[in-house]
Amino acid sequence: MNEASDLYTQALAWLGKEATRPVEARDPVNVPMIRRWCEAIGEENPIYVDAEAAAAQGFPAPVCPPAMLEVWTMARFRHTGRAVEDSIPVLTLFDEAGYTGVVATNIEQEYDRYLLEGDRVSYTAIVDEVSPEKRTGLGIGHFVTIRYEFADQNGAPVGRMLFRVLKFKPKLAQPATAPAALDAPKHPRPAITHDNAHYWEGISRRELLIQKCSSCGHLRHPPGPGCPKCRSLDWVAVKASGRGTLYSFVTVHQPRIPGLQYPLPVLLVELEEGVRLIANGLDLPPEDIAIGMPLRLDWVEVEPGYVLPAFRPDAGEG
Amino acid sequence: MNGLSGKAAIAGIGATEFSKNSGRSELRLAVEAALAALEDAGIDPAEVDGMSTYTMDNNPEIELFRNIGGRDLKFFSRIHYGGGAACAPIMHAAMAVATGVAQVVVCYRAMNERSQYRFGAAFTPNALPTAEIAHYGNYVPFGLASPASWIAMSAQRYMYEHGATSEDFGRIAVSFRDFAATNPKAWFYEQPITLEDHQASRWIVEPLHLFDCCQESDGAVAVVVTTAERARKLKQAPVVIRAAAQGACDDQQMMTSYYRPDLTSLSEMNLVARQLYGMAGIGPDDVQAAILYDHFSPFVLPQIEAFGFAKKGQAKDFVREGNIARGGRLPVNTNGGQLGEAYIHGLNGVAEGVRLVRGQSVNQPGECRNVIITAGTGVPTSGLILSYD
Repeated sequence: MNEASDLYTQALAWLGKEATRPVEARDPVNVPMIRRWCEAIGEENPIYVDAEAAAAQGFPAPVCPPAMLEVWTMARFRHTGRAVEDSIPVLTLFDEAGYTGVVATNIEQEYDRYLLEGDRVSYTAIVDEVSPEKRTGLGIGHFVTIRYEFADQNGAPVGRMLFRVLKFKPKLAQPATAPAALDAPKHPRPAITHDNAHYWEGISRRELLIQKCSSCGHLRHPPGPGCPKCRSLDWVAVKASGRGTLYSFVTVHQPRIPGLQYPLPVLLVELEEGVRLIANGLDLPPEDIAIGMPLRLDWVEVEPGYVLPAFRPDAGEG
Repeated sequence: MNGLSGKAAIAGIGATEFSKNSGRSELRLAVEAALAALEDAGIDPAEVDGMSTYTMDNNPEIELFRNIGGRDLKFFSRIHYGGGAACAPIMHAAMAVATGVAQVVVCYRAMNERSQYRFGAAFTPNALPTAEIAHYGNYVPFGLASPASWIAMSAQRYMYEHGATSEDFGRIAVSFRDFAATNPKAWFYEQPITLEDHQASRWIVEPLHLFDCCQESDGAVAVVVTTAERARKLKQAPVVIRAAAQGACDDQQMMTSYYRPDLTSLSEMNLVARQLYGMAGIGPDDVQAAILYDHFSPFVLPQIEAFGFAKKGQAKDFVREGNIARGGRLPVNTNGGQLGEAYIHGLNGVAEGVRLVRGQSVNQPGECRNVIITAGTGVPTSGLILSYD
C-alpha cells in the first residue's frame, strides 16, 4: 500500500466521527453584532436591527440574518493561528502528510428557523466525506467535507452546514511534467515592425517577398525602410521565384531550442534574384549539402498557423 | 597620423582571478579590478574622473564610482555591440584625456558570465518591435540562435573559398592553449591540447568544434588611461596609445553580415586596420605581437589578413608555418586568448597587450615595440596599437 492511499484510508476512518469537539457560542445572539455584520455585508433589511420593524413582520424581537448561522460559534481569533483545541484532526492528518495547502471550496447552509436575540447556539461537527486523490489546478489533494449541526439552548436543531475544503500539496511538490506542459516552449517568433510586417505577412501566405526600391529598382533583404543605393524611402514588394543556390550552411548541434530537430542544418540561400536569406532545409540529408547546389523554395508549418520558408534540392525540372 | 596618436597612455591594469564561479557580485569584481588597476598605476582612486565600459556590462559607472570612493565623475561613455567594444573604451578614454575633458579614466568589464548567465545559450528574445530585436527574427526561428552559429556560417564560406580546413582552426586553438598552459592566471593553465584533441572535440555548430569556441568565464579587468605626459611621472613605464579606432561598414550586421558581396573578409576589421596603421604611421613589419579577438578560432584568419600579415585567403598558410605560435614571427594571444585564458569580452586581451609592451607577459616573446589589439569580430568593432613611449 503506498503512502497516498494509506493517507486516504486513515482519512476515511474519520467518516461519521466528530471532526472537532462540540462548540458553544461565546455570546448569545445580539443586535450589536448583527448590526456590524449587516454593515459589513451591505444588508439593509430593518428587521435585523429594529424591534419595531421586526414586530411589524410578526417577530417578537429583531431576528438574526440566516447567513450568520455559523458566526456565533466561530473560534476566537488568535494572532498565532488556530489553537490546538480548535484543530480539526482529519485536516491535520493531511498537513502532516505534506498536503499543507487549504482552500474552502463550498459552503451549503440550511435553516430551520430564524435565530432570535438571546438565542445561544452550539454545534456538533461530523466528518461527512473525504474524496479520493484529485489533480486540481492548485495541486494534488483531497476534498474533505464536514457537516455542522447547529442547535439552540434547548438542544433543538436550528440549521446545518456542509463545509468543504481542498487539502492540497502546494504546486512545487508536483511532478515537474505537470507545470512544464502549461508553459510548453513555442517555436521562436520574429518581432514584427512597421519595416518588416509585409515580409512576415507574405511568409504566412506562403509568398517570399523581396523589397524593391521604387526609385532605382535595387532589391534588398532583410527588410528595411531605406534604399542603400539611392536613399529612396519608397518601395514595393516583389515575389521571389523560389529558385536559388546554397551560398553557405552550418549544422547546429548546440545550443538547442526546444521543439527543433537536431542536428539542425541552417542554410544561407542566394536567390536567383540576387539577395540572400536564411532558411532551413527539407529532404536535405547532411551528406548531400554542398555549397552551390540548386535549391527550390517550399514551406514548413512549424506550428499550426506558423509557416516558415524552407528549401529543398532542386532537380531542375518543372 | 591624426591628433590622437601618442596623446594618451595606459598607466595601469588590474584584474580579478578568472573562474567559472566567482562567488561574488559582478560589481564587487569591477571594484576589485578597478582598485588593482589604480594601485598598479599609482593613482589615488579619488583622482578618477572618467569611466568607460560596454553597453553589455551590468555595472553602472556610478555604482562602481561610489564604491571606489570616487569624487567628481566628468566623463562616462559606453560602447555597444558586445565584444566589438573591447578596444573602444580605451579609445574613448584616450579622446577624453587628450582633449582635457577628463584626467584619469577607468575602463572596465566585469562579468559572472558563466555562473549567472551564459552568452553561449540560445538567444530567443521576446518579440519587441524594435530594430535590434527584429534583426534576430531573420535567424532565431531557423535555429541560428547563438554566436557560434552566426560565426560558423561565414567560417564555412571562408573554408569553401580559401581552402582552409578545420585543422587550420585547430592549429589556432592549439597555439593559444599552448600559451595558456604556461600562464598561471589562465583557466586552462597547464592544460595544453593537441590537434587530435581539437579534431576529437564535439561539434558545437559545424564547422566549429568545442575547442574552436571561447570559454564562458567569471572575472573582471580594468585599465587606467591618462595623458601620456602624466603617465611618464607614474609608477609604471607608460604604454602609449599610438592608435585607436572603431569600425562598421559594408552592409554591417551584428554577427550576420551575410548580405555583403564577400563573406570571407571582415570588412569592419579592414576598416579598423587601415585607420590604425594610418594613425600610427606604421605597417605590419613594425608589429612584434598581436592580441587578435578569439571568441571563435575561424575569425582569427581574416584578422591576420586584415592587418596585412598574409594576403587574402592565405592566413591559413601563415598559421601552418607556425607564425602565430610560441616562437613565431607574430606571437598571437600570448595570454592564451579567450580560448585559453578567460573570456572577459576582450578586455583581458588589452591587459595582455599592455604587459607585452612593458615586457611583463609570462610568455614574453622579446621586445614588443608595437602591439596590435583587436575587438570582437563579425560585429562593429575596434582596435588599438600600443607602443613603447
